[in-house]
Amino acid sequence: MRFGTKLIHNGNEIDKQTGALSIPIYQVSTYHQEDVDKPQEYDYSRSGNPTRKAIEDAIAGLEGGVKGFGFSSGMAATSSVLSIFSAGDHIIICEDVYGGTYRIATNFFSRFNLEVSFADASNPGEIKKHIKENTRALFLETPSNPLLKITDIGGAVKLAREHGLTVIIDNTFMSPYLQRPIELGADIVIHSATKFIGGHSDVIGGLVVVNSHELARKVYAVQNGFGAVLGPQDSWLLLRGLKTLKVRMDYQQQSAQKLAEFLCSHGRVKKVYYPGLEGHEGRDIHFSQASGAGAVLSFELEDGEAVRGFLNKITTAAVAVSLGGVETIVSYPAKMSHASMPPSERQRLGISDGLVRVSAGLEDVEDLIDDFKKAL
Amino acid sequence: MKDGDGKKLNIETRLVHGCKGFDPHTGAVSFPIYQSATFRHPGLYQTTGYDYSRLQNPTREELENTVACLEDGKYCFAFASGMAAVSTVLSLFAPGDHIIVSDDLYGGTYRIFEEIYKKYGMEFSYIDTSKTGEVEKYIKSNTAAVFIETPSNPMMKVTDIAFAAGLARSKNILTIVDNTFLTPYFQKPLGLGADIVIHSGTKFLGGHNDTLVGFIVVNDDSLSERLKLIQKSEGAVLAPFDSWLILRGIKTLGVRLQRQQENALKIAHWLKQHKNVEDVYYAGLPGHEGYSISKRQSSGFGSMISFAVKNTAMVEKVLEKVKVIIFAESLGGVESLITYPIVQTHSAIPVEMREKLGVNEKLLRLSVGIEAVEDIICDLEQALE
Repeated sequence: MRFGTKLIHNGNEIDKQTGALSIPIYQVSTYHQEDVDKPQEYDYSRSGNPTRKAIEDAIAGLEGGVKGFGFSSGMAATSSVLSIFSAGDHIIICEDVYGGTYRIATNFFSRFNLEVSFADASNPGEIKKHIKENTRALFLETPSNPLLKITDIGGAVKLAREHGLTVIIDNTFMSPYLQRPIELGADIVIHSATKFIGGHSDVIGGLVVVNSHELARKVYAVQNGFGAVLGPQDSWLLLRGLKTLKVRMDYQQQSAQKLAEFLCSHGRVKKVYYPGLEGHEGRDIHFSQASGAGAVLSFELEDGEAVRGFLNKITTAAVAVSLGGVETIVSYPAKMSHASMPPSERQRLGISDGLVRVSAGLEDVEDLIDDFKKAL
Repeated sequence: MKDGDGKKLNIETRLVHGCKGFDPHTGAVSFPIYQSATFRHPGLYQTTGYDYSRLQNPTREELENTVACLEDGKYCFAFASGMAAVSTVLSLFAPGDHIIVSDDLYGGTYRIFEEIYKKYGMEFSYIDTSKTGEVEKYIKSNTAAVFIETPSNPMMKVTDIAFAAGLARSKNILTIVDNTFLTPYFQKPLGLGADIVIHSGTKFLGGHNDTLVGFIVVNDDSLSERLKLIQKSEGAVLAPFDSWLILRGIKTLGVRLQRQQENALKIAHWLKQHKNVEDVYYAGLPGHEGYSISKRQSSGFGSMISFAVKNTAMVEKVLEKVKVIIFAESLGGVESLITYPIVQTHSAIPVEMREKLGVNEKLLRLSVGIEAVEDIICDLEQALE
């Protein structure tokens, strides 16, 4: 079964009892037990809920993993995965990681003595330099946010295996349609399902997929213990969003490519970051591990002043945080997604005050280009 | 739902447990929301009992069965709004049919009769059904139904359901009762002889001012067949999520109504002695015209009060000054709402008819919520100053 079919037919398309073509929303907290001596599949919705199970099974199947987990946000998913480690453990995180992940790793988990280093993961030698005796995991985003830097997943996995590290990949930008890290050897995949998987800017959700029963046991213990679970209604909305993932992604990616090419040719744009462009660093690696360039791109204007002018004039796109929805969203990393990173750190990474991030939506790309032209 | 011995359970228990009580497949104590348009057939000529959600949907079915059980009826149909339910009942009749209607009734019902069904050749007489003997005077050879609201909206007139239904039955006329104001928790018209019960479930049954819904409940098999045909053909059905929200609302119907009624009684007494209030209409006041019939046919008086202020100029001030009470249409929710019938709920009713009933420019209608009664009274006090 090809991917596009799997989105529709993933084992959850039909309710076994009634034949309903949409899985029921089990908006329930607890379950009647027929016999106290015979445990049933469900007893309490934090521990398990039939609607949540449907999205968990669906994402596990799509990512090619052993088990999936639904969380109440992408950050709840990331936090829960980081919670499988212990005090004294060391984790290497790619340096231009999402600002929220940066914040929780440095401000929250550091209090519990989880040690964190940030490395330029697009350079395998850099990762290796940071590996220490107590290093337990690599946490990578590829393409990264917001500079679309590419990390060689296969290379990172090889290195990790040599040192017994768990490889965690945030696959939000690509979705399993374009990139399946577990097939490339990664151990854990994280999604902010709020983005492309939900796709309609109407649900906050996080998903985790693991490649072994041992990891499944650990993540489940945190999910059930910590309890940052995804609600039934939101689980159902994600299942609904998932059905159109491919058609949305195909179109959004095409528009992103055209938009990127247009921006390249524009006099006021200093640089465009998009893996679909010839000359984008790591492009060959990207296309060896992913089947598309995705729908997120960034570009650089002269300075913060130019960005403000652009954001004030743009009309078709929403100026907002988040990405991956049917609406085109432009955001300003320095003030939005990466505001929690110290300015010096941002500058060092190249997240300048002139950088704008674009998530291409489903609007007609000609309208988007016209609008960008005017706003620039 | 019955207990282990097959005995019919008390209404408070039925409210909480609904019809099935829990989802038999998973044990889930909250019925699942079947947000599905269609259902796969196991094979040719085979069905799971569900084919397409306009015809039936498991979540809607659980709600329909629950409301039927609460009303002591056999069949219930859920619609997208109270007016969709009224309209469906009217579709049972044919051109040339004559219907006798309580003259003090919700403006939307009056509008659909006059502006829509009249065009199809149906006839309506609006009379004071609360006066014994009045109904009989208007019965003609083509009279097909009596449509009663009791207590009526907004004058809280009480019609003797058993008497009207007995008379109608003897002449082969259907009795339709809009039970929105009291709900089955306080009044069960089918048991008093009515043939059809209608609800705007948006009000007390839902109870949270967040969902629109209408119900029709009947006992008769052939009426049910005809209603089912209209429901599935016209398709004004209630959506699964809304069905679930109403099931959720029904669980607290008893506790909400108890509190609302308690509050309403205190407020009615308080209003009665206020110098700026001319009249108070509440079925629970012993001096109210319909008090004794209410005592006989209902187990409660509800929480709807209308009152007339001393002069018209006060109305605008009251509506401006209320803070706890919200100036909005609708009723029955946990929040206290106040409305001005002549410009809101009853604007569709002709002036002469309104004047005759007492629905005038001094009348305000109050739906009492579950807030602390002291706060509501305090709010009214400062607003009536």
